[in-house]
Amino acid sequence: MGKKGLSKVDLIFEKVDPKEVLTKAFKMTSDGIIKEMLDSGLKGRGGAGFPTGLKWKYTAAEKEPVKYIVCNADEGEPGTFKDREILDKVSYKVYGGMAIAGKAIGARNGIVYLRGEYRFLLPQLMKELESFHKMISEIGYDFKINYCLGSGAYICGEESALFESVEGFRGEPRNKPPYPTTSGVFGKPTSINNVETLVTTMMIIKHGAAKFTELGTKDSRGSKVFSVSGDTPTPGIFELELGMTVQEFVNEFGDGDTKAVQVGGASGFCVPRKKFQNTIIGFEGVPTGGSMKLFNSSRSMYNVLHNYLDFFVEESCGQCTPCRVGCQQLLKGVEKVKKGEVKSTYLNELIKLADTMKIASKCGLGQSVGNAFRTIVENFREEIIY
Amino acid sequence: MYQVGNLVKELSDKHGRARESLMPILQGIVEKHNYLTDEAMVEVARELDISAAEVYGTASFYTFLDTSVRGKYVIRVCKTITCSMKGKAEIIQTLEDMLKIKVGETTSDKMFSIVETNCIGWCHKAPAILINEIPYTELTPEKVVEVIKGYMQKKIITGTHGEKRAK
Repeated sequence: MGKKGLSKVDLIFEKVDPKEVLTKAFKMTSDGIIKEMLDSGLKGRGGAGFPTGLKWKYTAAEKEPVKYIVCNADEGEPGTFKDREILDKVSYKVYGGMAIAGKAIGARNGIVYLRGEYRFLLPQLMKELESFHKMISEIGYDFKINYCLGSGAYICGEESALFESVEGFRGEPRNKPPYPTTSGVFGKPTSINNVETLVTTMMIIKHGAAKFTELGTKDSRGSKVFSVSGDTPTPGIFELELGMTVQEFVNEFGDGDTKAVQVGGASGFCVPRKKFQNTIIGFEGVPTGGSMKLFNSSRSMYNVLHNYLDFFVEESCGQCTPCRVGCQQLLKGVEKVKKGEVKSTYLNELIKLADTMKIASKCGLGQSVGNAFRTIVENFREEIIY
Repeated sequence: MYQVGNLVKELSDKHGRARESLMPILQGIVEKHNYLTDEAMVEVARELDISAAEVYGTASFYTFLDTSVRGKYVIRVCKTITCSMKGKAEIIQTLEDMLKIKVGETTSDKMFSIVETNCIGWCHKAPAILINEIPYTELTPEKVVEVIKGYMQKKIITGTHGEKRAK
């Protein structure tokens, strides 16, 4: 049970004076900023949920003179559109977060990797960046941000694929280790953070870690911007305190006939109605980068699964076999089951394949295909077969 | 086919000739000419002093760096789940009927191409399309006809976010 319930928060889009917050941050020591982040319990808002303070701590510990802070604005997860809104409305807070991160880890350069689908935002973002650079030099701090534009590849949201893309190569993920904190973009220690994470760090500096931890739960501190779509009377972008159950979410956003919620997009988890009550949205239950898609009883979960698999077949970079071949076989497999060409027990084999992909794939893409696959097939088996 | 002329040199002067300049250069060519010809990619390879295979290998990885003929206006229809649930099929049908081409094709006057694309981040306003970089959302067949007619008649059709078409 979520002890918290559903409550709306205004932290990310709240207007602040960036000069005031940054002046405060720049007076702090690197250790002081990192401690604040660690104390806040902030976990990355892109989906994977790595503790931001730790990421900064590891990058700060590297001895290299040149380091980078990269803002991951390659928001490609189906059903996620909150970073677009954040960049559109409060890009100065994204830049501010990058400068704070820069101070913490010892980086003078920032890169924003913006997905090609959001190119229409670029002229506005560049103008706002110009004002930011001006403001920051007035404070007397040396930090510069550049933009890199993607060109329509979901995989470039994976951190090391993103670095490859920035460097002018195919967006194929690298082997890890070394992790980005040791060897990231251009082989330099890099902290790569999601758009929303960076904004949150600025708000933590403003309000203090203690205030931030009042929100959310032990495992999921703070609030989160959710992208709500699908069968809902109120689709859109909402900032909510973490810790609510899927049931509470559905009570607010459902259309009265919600049969499933896909939490975390195509690479996330499908929660069926019978589990709404006992599933918490957050790291103690189902984590999400913000994508929340509601499906009502008129929807075929076979079509949903088919759409996701189709997506992964196209977006798998093709570099490693488990993911490249696995995605194709899962898609072919469910099609065969649907057509009755194979027995329905073939689904069990496919689940095993998805599990193998989780272990054997090189990056998060192949590793997470099984999340949606397993949760949809297990909860809506009859819809996949008949 | 287009002649790439001095564009590659201009873009290389602007972005530099290091490997990390490759993407912005290719994006610049596509912005102007809608797709990459073999000639253009060979020219980029020469300018950056890398093999043409490297250029093609990189370009062909990215959906928006088309290496086959595309019209002046590339219409990308989002096919991911929410858009799919909210009427993507009707949008495609309307476009195909109106432009007399199928998905993946380009009109004979090289004005329009229709392609499908994965999630473009407008799920709350589905169904959505991009025409070049400009998003149009909450579409109905009627609205699509209106938008495309506007492009045909060279009228200014403002996108969802307020951007006007660039060319």
